[in-house]
Amino acid sequence: MSKVRVLVGTRKGAFILESDGKREQWDIRGPHFAGWEIYHLKGSPADPNRLYVSLSSGWFGQQIQRSNDGGNAWQPVGNKFAYEGAAGTHQWYDGTPHPWEFKRVWHLEPSLTDPDMVYAGVEDAALFCTTDGGQNWHELPALRGHGTGPQWQPGAGGLCLHTIILDPSHSKRMWIAISAAGAFRSDDGGQTWKPINRGLHSQYIPNPTAEVGHCVHHIAMHRLRPGVLFMQKHWDVMRSDDAGEQWIEVSGNLPTDFGFVIDVHAHEPETIYVVPIKSDSERYVHEGKLRVFRSSTGGNEWEPLTKGLPQSHCYVNVLRDAMAVDSLDECGIYFGTTGGQVYASADAGETWAFIVRDLPAVLSIEVQTLA
Amino acid sequence: MVRVILPFHLRNLANVGSELTLELKGPVTQRSILDELEAKYPMLRGAIRDHITQQRRPFLRFFACEEDLSHDSPDAPVPERVASGKEPFVIIGAIAGG
Repeated sequence: MSKVRVLVGTRKGAFILESDGKREQWDIRGPHFAGWEIYHLKGSPADPNRLYVSLSSGWFGQQIQRSNDGGNAWQPVGNKFAYEGAAGTHQWYDGTPHPWEFKRVWHLEPSLTDPDMVYAGVEDAALFCTTDGGQNWHELPALRGHGTGPQWQPGAGGLCLHTIILDPSHSKRMWIAISAAGAFRSDDGGQTWKPINRGLHSQYIPNPTAEVGHCVHHIAMHRLRPGVLFMQKHWDVMRSDDAGEQWIEVSGNLPTDFGFVIDVHAHEPETIYVVPIKSDSERYVHEGKLRVFRSSTGGNEWEPLTKGLPQSHCYVNVLRDAMAVDSLDECGIYFGTTGGQVYASADAGETWAFIVRDLPAVLSIEVQTLA
Repeated sequence: MVRVILPFHLRNLANVGSELTLELKGPVTQRSILDELEAKYPMLRGAIRDHITQQRRPFLRFFACEEDLSHDSPDAPVPERVASGKEPFVIIGAIAGG
């Protein structure tokens, strides 16, 4: 029988939640790495028992650990993230040049085919890669070096590379997103990069349609249609039908189009999910109601999904990496909140129930669907 | 023999108890203690000193014999009582926050 494993990164440790395919009874393990900030943990699509985790601390810096048995035992691996060549400068909040300084790993994206290969998106924004299971990490320097790097400016959370998407149909193609530089695509395995922000409009930057400078919060893709991308920008929900060459807004009837997460149904490439957040000043859900909005038309027409979610006095946020889907026949949707709740829906969002509700603030959610 | 006390999270990371011992050859300095510590426990690399600059991480301090050694030269000899193992070399995480 199928099994689901939910990987939860929080402000104070990692948790692993497991259930059978019914997704009614959950086994909760953790905290792993108690006291460390877990920005992200993710399993290898090529070997589901191979997990990687990013743990960081203001006192002790960055650590990466690896599990070969589905998260029971962990081993430290390499944690040296050195920028290639002269680090150079990006723009600071006040527009002055600021040296690139490594702070933490925000996102780990294992290769689709090789369990020893993983990409890491870091703050200050850069893309690193390991090909030996995490022992050694090297930068793919063309991203910072492609020309606009000195113009990049941090968002409120820092200058972070938070999204990495690998194209299952084109082994050399990948997309990344940086707050607040925007989205970029490589078609040659990271040797060259192209900003792909045409169609984005950000009224808070000097040139609202600039080539870079947009605060992209997250991007999602359906594995069967890798040319179609969905984006939650700081404000605005966007889609692209040409691999990011051009974006159009699909916020439609959302009550607010500010937010962080966006994800796609496992079997319906035009069904997408967001959690609208009231504003960038308040950063909690709209009207005190925790609502997931679903569009079955690829955007523009949205319906609120509320059954089982608190509909009064709720003031949590759902951060950019804190939503994921499983690939069981009836698609499961999962998200975590800054209030420490992990919610799951086993029926594509129609009804919700919490798996656990008093964890530390949730930073990331990933789901593995296991045979 | 040099005795070293690590803060809670680094003990867990290195999977050691509250105190560990190191055998050093040559002069006993902060640098030689940390070099040997990182050689014996590679997972501590980058957690006490920056990988690149080898500077002490800002929220960590080094104490011994009731003295703060944090701003001493890393190549200065540590107190004799530390070098001889009578007193531990203590790495402390700052009590920071609200």
